[in-house]
Amino acid sequence: MARKPTLPAVLLGLIPFVGMCFTVPLWDRIHPFVAGLPFNLFWLMLWIVLTPLCLWGAYRFEKQADLQQPNGRHGGAR
Amino acid sequence: MSPSATALLIILAIVGIGSFIGFRAGASRKMDLEQWTVANRGFGVVLVWLLMAGEVYTTFSFLGASGWAYSRGGPTLYILAYLTLGYVVSFYILPQLWETARAQGLQTQSDFFEKRYGSKMLAALVAAVGVVFIVPYLQLQLKGMGIIVEVASFSQINHTAAMVIGGALVAGFVFTSGVRAVALVSVLKDILLLGAAIVIGLAIPYHWFGGFGPMFKAIARVHPAHLTMPGATHNMGHAWFISTVLLTSLGVYMWPHNFGASFTARSSDTLRRNAVVMPLYTLLLPLIFFAGFAAILVVPGLKDGDLSLLTVVQKTFPPWFLGVVGGAGALTAMVPSAILILTASTLFAKNFFRPIFAPSMSDDAVVKLAKVASVVLMAVALLFAISGTRTIVALLLLGYAGVTQFFPGVLLGLYWGRASRAGVFSGLVVGIATVTFLTLSGRDPFLGLNAGFMALILNFIVTVSVSLLSDSKGSQSEEIVAP
Repeated sequence: MARKPTLPAVLLGLIPFVGMCFTVPLWDRIHPFVAGLPFNLFWLMLWIVLTPLCLWGAYRFEKQADLQQPNGRHGGAR
Repeated sequence: MSPSATALLIILAIVGIGSFIGFRAGASRKMDLEQWTVANRGFGVVLVWLLMAGEVYTTFSFLGASGWAYSRGGPTLYILAYLTLGYVVSFYILPQLWETARAQGLQTQSDFFEKRYGSKMLAALVAAVGVVFIVPYLQLQLKGMGIIVEVASFSQINHTAAMVIGGALVAGFVFTSGVRAVALVSVLKDILLLGAAIVIGLAIPYHWFGGFGPMFKAIARVHPAHLTMPGATHNMGHAWFISTVLLTSLGVYMWPHNFGASFTARSSDTLRRNAVVMPLYTLLLPLIFFAGFAAILVVPGLKDGDLSLLTVVQKTFPPWFLGVVGGAGALTAMVPSAILILTASTLFAKNFFRPIFAPSMSDDAVVKLAKVASVVLMAVALLFAISGTRTIVALLLLGYAGVTQFFPGVLLGLYWGRASRAGVFSGLVVGIATVTFLTLSGRDPFLGLNAGFMALILNFIVTVSVSLLSDSKGSQSEEIVAP
């Protein structure tokens, strides 16, 4: 089996799912307008920018986990 | 020069340059199976980005996204969420898939199923399902290209001629240059698309309303319900949004062409870094939405929402710019068509025809057969596109719901040792059957949820239960990642 992603990396990846998907009833409205955009559109655009930040964090954790394995990314089952 | 001649000349120039790049891309290289399908796994971050962005930004994002903004309103926002989250999903599976692919020399999605589950029959089923769902996707691209070129050339090239010419060019450069052509033509396509989207998205609201702020205020005044869900639809509410976003974000990289494109990367780290930055490219789409939203008030009452972007562009800009949009639009259809045809023909030759009919075929013979198959498939898709009816959209939704049924087999195959051949086989069959039944009998959305999502849940349950019940020893191949 491939090395499973680390728990912090998975949790960081779940954040955008909460922000953009599961919470839709909370942010799917027009008002207040932000920067000329209806609120729902503004909210999604905000998360498009926040998502790379979450993934960058996840990347750091994964990179660290790779280094701790003797064979780097080619590590086998654990 | 007359306005229509100007537009036509610019379209032809753009398509001509794009095709020239495509034909040149592989000219100096020997096209063996490895080079043709995965470009010898030599692409760095930039080319992988271009290839993947080239695949994801298709005619659907150009005409479809603005069309949905126009005709459905709020539900169109699902596109922003699912693409962004699709990249998030890719972060956790593509690097692992790449490692597996390199260790075992995998070139296609089916290869993964064959090696992981040790079954050529399962792999052939995956290949067949993949090809079946790729054909309507290809058909949609061709149809979109026909519409774009016809409108942008002021009807001097009718849509049938546009589809035949474009289709022939695509088949030609795929034939000669393989996946390298797709990545390089993407460079031109992405520059033009980016430029066109920025100009369209900012200039149209400014020209008609004095900016996008006043535009949204105006829409909110005239059609207050249009900008939220369910918008102009009656069954695309929040439950639909959540289930559709989950289904499609898990499905983005289950498309055989997207899955296979990850194998072109130079390293697994390339894919992870790519996944971190790819979401930013999604910021292009709101600009295309703007055109569709503007069209609501500028050109109300269009019968076909897919024409909203082109209609409002035609009303706003000089003909030469319409030519640029037409050329960019044609390439936006040609690039994804190229990778679709490449993937489908490889799947057919390597994972379906060879194991079933000619086990002793050499890799070089597989490339030859795949090249012939790519021309045949293009001809079939052209026939469908020319004679096609409106059921294409239904077929495309069926496609997304269909390919996502590969997800349990991929995810569990990577991370759960007990996932077995029998489990994945039964899960896939149950998933595809459920999707086909619910969609074709008009039950999508089902109980307010996306039908493909319901099928995916059943698929997971069946895959896991059958895997637990079946003898895990005999049904598994050896360790998938080489130590």
